[in-house]
Amino acid sequence: MLACQDLHISFDAKAVIAGISLDFPARQITAIIGPSGCGKSTLLRAFNRMHELTPGARVRGRITLAGKDIYDPKEDAVRVRRRIGMVFQKPNPFPTLSIFDNVVAGLRLSGLRNRSLLQGTAETALRDAALWDEVKDRLKGSPMSLSGGQQQRLCIARALAVGPEVLLMDEPCSALDPIATAKIEELMFRLRERLTVVIVTHNMQQAARASDRTAFLWMGELVETGDTEAIFTTPKKSMTEDYITGRFG
Amino acid sequence: MPRHFDNDLKDLKDGILAMAGVAEAMIDLTLQALGERSSAKAEEVHGLDRSMDEWELKLDHLCIDLLALHAPAATDLRLIASSLKIIPELERIGDHCCNIARRAAFVNPPVLPEGHLERMGQETRSMVRRAVDAFLGRDAALARAVIQNDDAVDELYSLIYRELLQRMMADPLCIERSSHLILVIKNWERIADQATNIAEEVLFILEGRNAKHPYLSRKQ
Repeated sequence: MLACQDLHISFDAKAVIAGISLDFPARQITAIIGPSGCGKSTLLRAFNRMHELTPGARVRGRITLAGKDIYDPKEDAVRVRRRIGMVFQKPNPFPTLSIFDNVVAGLRLSGLRNRSLLQGTAETALRDAALWDEVKDRLKGSPMSLSGGQQQRLCIARALAVGPEVLLMDEPCSALDPIATAKIEELMFRLRERLTVVIVTHNMQQAARASDRTAFLWMGELVETGDTEAIFTTPKKSMTEDYITGRFG
Repeated sequence: MPRHFDNDLKDLKDGILAMAGVAEAMIDLTLQALGERSSAKAEEVHGLDRSMDEWELKLDHLCIDLLALHAPAATDLRLIASSLKIIPELERIGDHCCNIARRAAFVNPPVLPEGHLERMGQETRSMVRRAVDAFLGRDAALARAVIQNDDAVDELYSLIYRELLQRMMADPLCIERSSHLILVIKNWERIADQATNIAEEVLFILEGRNAKHPYLSRKQ
């Protein structure tokens, strides 16, 4: 299980996350919702140590995966990012690599060279990402020839190829049409059978239909968390109610 | 600045209150029709039924639009989902009033002692009024009181039903009038059930918990 305890994140003097404690149950989809600037993406990025790439970023508190602190000095950030994969808002395939090479990029970085193993893993990852049938005949082609939805699924395949335990998704459908969005959501449901999924979304309907649990953040604090059905039908906090019904935010 | 959605929700609530107003007017006229054995009053009840049917179609349409276009959540969702149940309950109250009113002319001379039938009608009327007040005033305590009141109407129904059976057995001449009266009290009893159902929906809107079939909730 992924979890954070009393997590504080700041950029220089500005506090963005102020003491959040939250569990992300294994093999469930957790949606993080909240108005722009509330710290959703910051929280997500902290889960695979992406803050280390940002000058002035400070993280205090604990983030644990299966009970182990991922910020432990002995933990290797690259290893953490293999266990906790991430998909971003805008599909970001590597334009100069082929579709196949995009999928196995992470494996090659970790030193894997065995061609048949790379091929097998790429096929599995593309099947898991529900993209195999659409690209199996053009694996050497450019990823830029794919549609936006296909590119996003390629990025998911790339994240899956290294065998993560958690998949973080930062508004993965905000640039996609409803059909591509539905495919990604179906994919999330299938991935849930073996992965923990955390998705940041501005789309209330997506959070409602595609997640098991929802956490509502406001100004860097956790306002309310619970089963998605309860949050969207009978939220406990009036602030949550006002946000999900569009009365503020 | 009020949102377009809030205006539509207000239209829905106003529409339900208008429909409830027609239902209460139909109940009043039905009581008068029965009391006066008046076919003219019964006709007035039937005249109002068309208005109930029109409201039902209009408000159903509004609810579907609100669900499809605004994807409501939380209290808004509960209000709309419950409205989709309250609206047909009100419409059925209108139908039951018609069923009662059209028997007004057939229950003369009176079979029952003075007061029994009136009391059942008034109890039922009070339940409908208070269920609507609970909806309007967001009053959970009042909704609970309505639900509890249903037992009193059920007891009245059993009491009057037994009395009518006894009279039919004792006097074959009153069988036809008593049969009409059995249907009258059955319809009053159904209207009380409808008021109870509305009160249960009010509790769902206010508290988010389904108040129906409490024995099932206890098992869970």
